[in-house]
Amino acid sequence: MPMTVTEIRQGLASGQFSSVEITRDYLQRIKQHNPILNCFISVTEDLALRQAEAADASLAQGNAGLLTGVPLAHKDLFCTDGVKTSCGSRMLDNFIAPYDATVVERISDAGAVMLGKTNMDEFAMGSSNENSWYGSVANPWNTAHVPGGSSGGSAAAVAAGLAPAATGTDTGGSIRQPAALCGVTGIKPTYGRVSRYGMIAFASSLDQGGPFARSAADCALLLQAMSGFDRRDSTSSDTAVDDYSAQLEQGIEGLKIGLPKEYFAEGLDSRLASVIETAIDELRRQGAEFREISLPNTALSIPTYYVVAMAECSSNLSRFDGVRFGHRCDDPVDLEDLYKRSRGEGFGDEVKRRILIGTYALSAGYYDAYYLKAQQLRRMIKNDFQSAFDKVDLILGPTTPEVAFKIGAKTDDPVSMYLQDIYTISLNLAGLPGISLPAGFVDGLPVGMQLIGNYFDEARLLQVAHRYQQLSDWHLQTPEAYS
Amino acid sequence: MTLKSDDVRSIAHLARLHIEEDAVDHYVDDLSSILALVDQMNQVDSQGVKPLSNPLDATQRLRDDEVTEENQRDKFQQIAPDVAEGLYRVPRVIE
Amino acid sequence: MSAAQTGHEETGQWETVIGLEIHAQLATSSKIFSGASTAYGAAANTQACAVDLGLPGVLPVLNREAVRMAIRFGVAIDASIDHQSVFARKNYFYPDLPKGYQISQFEHPIVGKGQISISPAEGEHKLVGITRAHLEEDAGKSIHDLFPEQSGIDLNRAGTPLLEIVSEPDMRSAREAVAYARKIHSLVRYLEICDGNMQEGSFRCDANVSIRRRGDDKLGTRAELKNINSFRFLERAINYEVERQIEVLEDGGRVVQETRLYDSERDETRSMRSKEEANDYRYFPDPDLLPVNISSSDIAEIRAALPELPEQKKQRYISELNLSDYNAELLTANRDTALYFEAAYAEADATQSAVLANWILGDLGGALNKAGLDITESPISPAALVQLVARIADETISGKIAKQVFDAMWQGEGSADDIIAARGLRQITDSGAIETLIDEVIAANPEQVEQFRAGKEKVLGFFVGQVMKESRGKANPGQVNALLRDKLK
Repeated sequence: MPMTVTEIRQGLASGQFSSVEITRDYLQRIKQHNPILNCFISVTEDLALRQAEAADASLAQGNAGLLTGVPLAHKDLFCTDGVKTSCGSRMLDNFIAPYDATVVERISDAGAVMLGKTNMDEFAMGSSNENSWYGSVANPWNTAHVPGGSSGGSAAAVAAGLAPAATGTDTGGSIRQPAALCGVTGIKPTYGRVSRYGMIAFASSLDQGGPFARSAADCALLLQAMSGFDRRDSTSSDTAVDDYSAQLEQGIEGLKIGLPKEYFAEGLDSRLASVIETAIDELRRQGAEFREISLPNTALSIPTYYVVAMAECSSNLSRFDGVRFGHRCDDPVDLEDLYKRSRGEGFGDEVKRRILIGTYALSAGYYDAYYLKAQQLRRMIKNDFQSAFDKVDLILGPTTPEVAFKIGAKTDDPVSMYLQDIYTISLNLAGLPGISLPAGFVDGLPVGMQLIGNYFDEARLLQVAHRYQQLSDWHLQTPEAYS
Repeated sequence: MTLKSDDVRSIAHLARLHIEEDAVDHYVDDLSSILALVDQMNQVDSQGVKPLSNPLDATQRLRDDEVTEENQRDKFQQIAPDVAEGLYRVPRVIE
Repeated sequence: MSAAQTGHEETGQWETVIGLEIHAQLATSSKIFSGASTAYGAAANTQACAVDLGLPGVLPVLNREAVRMAIRFGVAIDASIDHQSVFARKNYFYPDLPKGYQISQFEHPIVGKGQISISPAEGEHKLVGITRAHLEEDAGKSIHDLFPEQSGIDLNRAGTPLLEIVSEPDMRSAREAVAYARKIHSLVRYLEICDGNMQEGSFRCDANVSIRRRGDDKLGTRAELKNINSFRFLERAINYEVERQIEVLEDGGRVVQETRLYDSERDETRSMRSKEEANDYRYFPDPDLLPVNISSSDIAEIRAALPELPEQKKQRYISELNLSDYNAELLTANRDTALYFEAAYAEADATQSAVLANWILGDLGGALNKAGLDITESPISPAALVQLVARIADETISGKIAKQVFDAMWQGEGSADDIIAARGLRQITDSGAIETLIDEVIAANPEQVEQFRAGKEKVLGFFVGQVMKESRGKANPGQVNALLRDKLK
């Protein structure tokens, strides 16, 4: 049975095992299962063992930090000094990052051990992890199905017990959706809560880093280590960081939870709806009060998101030009050839599509109709949430409209892939925090429930998730092959 | 909103992306359907709504004017495709 | 030589319309969005940090001093300052632009409409409008002649803060354009926001030049002239371009909107072949940066701390120090010259202001120029110059002798008094001594005496010259004159 971070910390503290021992265990599991699951792009075995040794030394001296000796994995979007950082792309297949992302620094400072870098949709663009240069990731619950994306590798690694926790990033649902599809817990914090420095940008005003783990209590530990002001990131918030673990045990009596009617309309698989309703009943029994609310611009969130995200990414990805790092085509004839072929060869289809649409949306004559319009709708979507939070403390709904689909089922239809993000996307537009936690199964595949909070209310999200996880054991389930 | 092949070619040029000629039509289809999705934004009237750039409507923090970075040229150029004499090299640019 | 070549405003039926875009590199220690150094002359790519290189994952953070310097400029030209200024990405591909976009400003530039007074010729004044001034980051440099078939890119300069100052198309001649450029150059140096070094590229002028028929109010198609790194070249480039455009139109052609490079060796402008047709820059607000809040009290604080500006100084020199418009303009053109003058004036008699001005602009200016020195490096201090001028005023020496003394002072022989004493240059003012000399000269030149007495007034000059020669220049010329007349009667 794969361990939680909390259990690992207890085991290390009590001397039940050492960090080196447990790190070796995970490395062994990765060796065994990664060929099928393809969760990892790089496994940093030597580095991990060195870090584990150092952690054991700290533990022996009684210098345990928040995550000392705990092995985990980083999504391959975070720059790791001296270690390949590919973003799941051929463009960065040869890129050894020359510096650490702030998130990586902080997690390392907290004492964690890095097992490796996880697979992902190329440049975080995708909802199924089928857009990776390194091949698809398989869902541990059914390897013919997708794990979700873009942080599919991290979610699957945690689900299969190849790592007790992993970092991910979420621009339109890329933590929450794979968490739901893989039956693990994942949280996207408030925009600005976690530093974006070193987190290779997809859509700057939407991206946020966050943790995957097997429980909300574990996520609280990870989020604690990751959060906080960073002066290298102008969009980083200096709002004080709560003690996420301290507030976990608070009760939820009297908590008002909103159920957006738009999230329970047609488009939601009825069996999935039923799982969520059971979860709602459980929370109601614990004293939470539910009421219907409306988020009227929900449907518009998809086109709005895609315009903003594509416009921003089309610009963010211009730096990949074969000049200073990354893929360069052979024998460029002239400068234009260098750019076009390096980029044409380096980027996959989905990335190219998004760059093209983004370029188009920003081009002369279209800016007002697309980008500006999207920014206005974004304000309206934010206002919807603000109105809702006048009436309720939290919002609850399904994380995804369906469970994990088959690999290949949606690759011919980009738009149908985009519709997977219907429940997750508005949070990124509004900058609100959201957590996905396991709530049950349909056809043997996990169902995720999403809780949405107001700005900087991560503690409450974790608390409610934790309470639910004390009453249920969905989050403890593991696919048989990996138990 | 449907695009034409020439539109795709000129956007690809603006974005410095090479697209194989036999892939252009495929891109035309994909991009057109994405644009159809995006056109749904016109269903709602947003007149007078202030555009949102940053979700928290925050303002820019200023940094003191101090030199805080040291020379790391060697480290950064280790990962470069083509450097000589400390310079990044590209095909000759004609001016 | 055509009318255009003389730089004269009258180009017949054609009117010249010029606007200037000036990029002033701000004199901050670190870059506008990173903590790398902006010091000039470092080895290639040793001052390009991760942010400047546009490595994946890096982010910009704004330099406070760059903002303050921009506000200072805005206040000095009486412009409006935007209280919520926004940075935007200007997207295009070029190897010296690492991110594939330049962080610049589009809507909401930090400085709005302003104006500045220029003096294109002595006694002429004109107000030139400034449309806006905005902050942006500089690109790196490309070196094209080091490698065969390849260009080398140095990104040290990438990220250096620039203030782009855009004028209204208010100028009507190359001379006006140069006067404007010089005024802005002087102003940014006064404000200590830019060192104005055109050779090093810290002050760059691009000129937008078009022509139209006199009386037309529609603007003609303009050409943008680049690669101009001195005021002299600015004048020449504009003049060449105006003549070129006139020729095109008179031949029945049309002027193409394009960028043209000035070639100083051939004194001509050439179309940039490789430059794209109108670039679509796809401006949008940079999501990695937030709007910059500037309060009224920020602006007031900066305004209160401004040094006296050239225009104010000039007016003060004219009204309070009795200088001519011309001298006041020249003295205030360079802040260091003005400060030198003020230091001298502080020690001198108030009545000597014009004399001091002439010495500073004339003899001192000439000597500095010849030696290639800046006035701050002058071997003659303001106080020393004041002493020299006082010795002329109190008739210790004549103006002519003073020039000898000046040269000796320049060579480091000491103060004016030291030199006068050492070389015995005191003016002879004793009438008896002068009369003795005059008697000698008269006795030696009887012919000329006859000529003078016969009515030839000019011969007096001969006698004066002889007496001055005998006295080795030291006799007081006024007294010599008067006494000679007396004696020759």
